[in-house]
Amino acid sequence: MRVRGLLAGVAAVMLAATPAAAQDTIKLGLVAAMSGQSAKSGEAIVRGLSVAIDEVNAKGGLLGKKVTLLVRDDESNPAKGVVAARELVQREKVAALFGGLDTPVSLAIVPFVNGAKVPFMGVWAAGTPITRNGAAENYVFRVSAVDELVDNALVGYSIAKYATKKPGMILINNPWGESNEKGLKAALAAKGIPYAGIEKFETNDVDVVPQLTRLKEAGTDVLYLVANVAPSSQVVKSLDRMGWKVPIVSHWGPAGGRFSELAGPSASRVHFIQTYSFSGKLSPKGEAVLAALKKKYPEIKTMADVTPAVGIANAYDALHLTALAIATAGTTDGPKVRQALYGIDSYEGLIKTYKRPFTPENHDALGEKDYIFTHFVEGEILPLTQ
Amino acid sequence: MSGLCLGSMYGLIALGFHMTYVVSNTVNFSQGSSVMLGAVLGYAFAVRLGWPLPLAFACALMACAAFGLLVERTLVRPFSSRGSNAWLMATVAGGIVLDNVVLFTFGKEPRSFPSVLALKPIEVFGAGVYPLQLVIPVVGIGLAAALAIVTRRTRRGKALLAVVQNTDAARLMGINVKRTIAVTYALSTALAGLAGLLIAPLFSVHSDMGTLFGIKAFAVAILGGITSASGVMLAGLIYGISEALVTALLGSSHTQIVMFSLVIAALALMPNGLFGRAPVKKV
Repeated sequence: MRVRGLLAGVAAVMLAATPAAAQDTIKLGLVAAMSGQSAKSGEAIVRGLSVAIDEVNAKGGLLGKKVTLLVRDDESNPAKGVVAARELVQREKVAALFGGLDTPVSLAIVPFVNGAKVPFMGVWAAGTPITRNGAAENYVFRVSAVDELVDNALVGYSIAKYATKKPGMILINNPWGESNEKGLKAALAAKGIPYAGIEKFETNDVDVVPQLTRLKEAGTDVLYLVANVAPSSQVVKSLDRMGWKVPIVSHWGPAGGRFSELAGPSASRVHFIQTYSFSGKLSPKGEAVLAALKKKYPEIKTMADVTPAVGIANAYDALHLTALAIATAGTTDGPKVRQALYGIDSYEGLIKTYKRPFTPENHDALGEKDYIFTHFVEGEILPLTQ
Repeated sequence: MSGLCLGSMYGLIALGFHMTYVVSNTVNFSQGSSVMLGAVLGYAFAVRLGWPLPLAFACALMACAAFGLLVERTLVRPFSSRGSNAWLMATVAGGIVLDNVVLFTFGKEPRSFPSVLALKPIEVFGAGVYPLQLVIPVVGIGLAAALAIVTRRTRRGKALLAVVQNTDAARLMGINVKRTIAVTYALSTALAGLAGLLIAPLFSVHSDMGTLFGIKAFAVAILGGITSASGVMLAGLIYGISEALVTALLGSSHTQIVMFSLVIAALALMPNGLFGRAPVKKV
């Protein structure tokens, strides 16, 4: 009898202890590329999230609990991304998930989070269908660029700056390239501009001269580039060899890594889109975040080390918006947090002051007006004036 | 022009497939990783440690040769000596292991390998190319020719040919067959390493840069008829040039489909490859 009582007591303590320990913290998950050619993007996202989490915890955390971040590497592989998302949601019981750079990975995670009813906050991948996924109950939100709007902006920039008559496209051969092919075609059609041609290339292509030659012969006067760091630099090197001085207007792929090292001096020819830059005169919030970053990561010495700024800034704002929603919901229950995200009225963030960032019709907090054009100068991303 | 350059790269790597196949009837499927190893070590020695280029290149090639010896000793010989074909999987696995070891030690990000030969393009027949793109075919074809001469004219080369013709007879004649095979492996991986060093400045250095090269080079080796050295080199050039032509004429989305279909068609029509000889069956 006494033994049984003791056992029951131990069991009770254990039962009580496990959930209590788990509930001492609110866990947030990140699934992003922490290795491979886009590793730098993953690191930037971790930094942005961590600085924001430190701020939340300094103010007493969320619902009286400390916030912690769990990071999983998806190696830019959709299958690995889904496995990591499952593990974070089912085993670690994260309150919300954050996503990384790769559109194919995020697209693979979307059906899972919608089924599991866990908010999924995209902070980089720009594929249009990630947030506009057609689910009846959509749990996917984003604080980042959206391909469709980026493509509008790329076309707008090329008209305003270069008065393009016949642009050509050089796109990476994957779902991200395809998403932009659609977007660019639509944006050009809306402006009534014909395109010279559309060429695709592979991530590991050494030489893009044949594709570019086709575009040149078709009379391309502005080149739209959509690809990540390494393949983008192969395009620039191929253009160098051809001696073709065409203006390059690019999606933000080059921002994810050591673009100016890989592409050489001509890297600065590529004008690409960003949502934020730490260069130039900063808002008080910008100064504060930059100071916090430098304090937390002493290896940040120059502006070149807070590259890519989009990863940091998007992640920072996304975390604060999520934290705000959890605080107002008063719970980490997915459906309630989702409702609370819709309810956010105003939040003064790093990129801008958000006014009703999310509605049931619009899950994207950033719009076309929030984009800026930048280019690389010696490893640093600097804004361009239009 | 770019086709010629890439083609001779494929040829160089495919020569490695050819050499080990004719000598030992085995193929080292980690050739693609050897390409990467050459480039990564070249980068580490020349850029990170700042060694002079000739020294860095020599050390990188020696390390590649050592990797070849290791592959032969641990991944091929234990299986082929038992008459098993497991070396096939073992060398594939070896390549993957190497790729991942490099991923952990070298790092995650692609890096740039600067070269004075790839700074300013020069104009050849109206098309801009880096001087390096002219050097690569010269080195590739030169090495193929040198290999042909060495095997015909020197003692060691003749020993190699003897092993090719009849292993048992060669052994009876006092030729060290095991060592000959090991040397062939070392040479073949060094060739792949050289290909990696040559292509690095045109490309970027990262841990999975060799995979696609390895696959294409194997297709080239089969296409050329794996038994003929000059055939393999020629097939490399043909493959590289057709690849560039297909992209230029039909568009890039068709390149891989057309190229690999061509390889299949060529093999269906000429089962021993474009330049290979049918094996003679002795009764």
